Amino acid sequence: MDAKLKETILNPIFKGNPITVLVLGICSSLAVTVTLKGALVMTLSVIVVCGISSLILSLLRNTIPGRVRIIVQLVVVAMMVILVDQILKSFEATYAIDKQLSVYIGLIITNCIVMGRIEAFALGNKPWPSLLDGVSNGAGYGMILLIVAFFRELLGSGTLFGIDILNRFGYVPNNLVILPPFALILLGCIVWVQRSIQKDLQEK
Amino acid sequence: MEYLSLFVKSIFVDNMIFAYFLGMCSFLAVSKNVKTAAGLGVAVIFVLLVTLPINYLLNRYVLAPDALVPGVDLSFLSFIVFIAVIAAIVQIVEMVVEKFSPELYSSLGIFLPLIAVNCAILGGSLFMQQKDFVNLGEATVYALGSGLGWFLAIVSLAAIREKMAYSNVPAALKGLGITFITVGLMGIAFMTFMGISL
Repeated sequence: MDAKLKETILNPIFKGNPITVLVLGICSSLAVTVTLKGALVMTLSVIVVCGISSLILSLLRNTIPGRVRIIVQLVVVAMMVILVDQILKSFEATYAIDKQLSVYIGLIITNCIVMGRIEAFALGNKPWPSLLDGVSNGAGYGMILLIVAFFRELLGSGTLFGIDILNRFGYVPNNLVILPPFALILLGCIVWVQRSIQKDLQEK
Repeated sequence: MEYLSLFVKSIFVDNMIFAYFLGMCSFLAVSKNVKTAAGLGVAVIFVLLVTLPINYLLNRYVLAPDALVPGVDLSFLSFIVFIAVIAAIVQIVEMVVEKFSPELYSSLGIFLPLIAVNCAILGGSLFMQQKDFVNLGEATVYALGSGLGWFLAIVSLAAIREKMAYSNVPAALKGLGITFITVGLMGIAFMTFMGISL
């Protein structure tokens, strides 16, 4: 694998993480982090939508007129999200999670990561790197989602993936962690840790 | 009375930002000064007020099960219909603002087209679908309330950030980090309203 392709895959996960560095896609990311299961389903959905719509639009990139590209992008992304939503609804195991994620699956359409990557990468690159770029940006997004969900489920319910971890030791679940504001504070702390390590990201 | 309760609830209790994190991207990016923040806030209120009733009517008379043709459920198309309506309305608003208020247009810059992908707008329509409002009035009141809630949130964050420029924040927390934490604390403050029942 050549160096440029490797850079495409690794950059979004750490150095150019869509959430903590580019500040994209926070909208839908925080509300689904109450449980790890929800976060995992959301992560997989975003990876699929982001990867495949990047691939499709990269294949179409020479045929789309510049003026109507936003509408074409929205239609392709919306189509992918509808597919993901219908697939989640059609299995018994994932139906409950789809209900729990409620509007947030639909909101993947307006997730800035998907549109941002299409606009910034897929429209100017060949299909294979575009697919990888979409998938790894989805993964970088998912990584933050899973970190936040890990702490929120562990501290907020004392469980991980619904399996009791802390409660058996007499831990009293902290309800504040379940509430929406705590996700933001946790995300602030993640940004703090990342920027203490990578000093070049600090703002003046 | 029901309208009033829905209105207050959608501003404070079900606040788009603090309870559902909708529209976060532009919320964080445009909240550096109060004037621009207020401009974007007004744009969001306006777009919500126009798109949500239209989407309500579409949902009720076209997309809902048995609405258009008996026995046909078109609700799986709702994502694509809603986003198309929103994108079209935003395009019109952009042209109107560019014509009548060039200074507002230049200060909002790239963020006006981005309202099309602002989750608060699509989120409003999706919540409307989920909440099953009984008539157009309720949908409109909900749109106004959630828009005002968003406006309130972005203006207050912008005011705090203007003051924060003078404080001594740890280097690694500067900018994004401290903003997240501030929004979190504001969210906790907004939870005061949770107990209200009208």
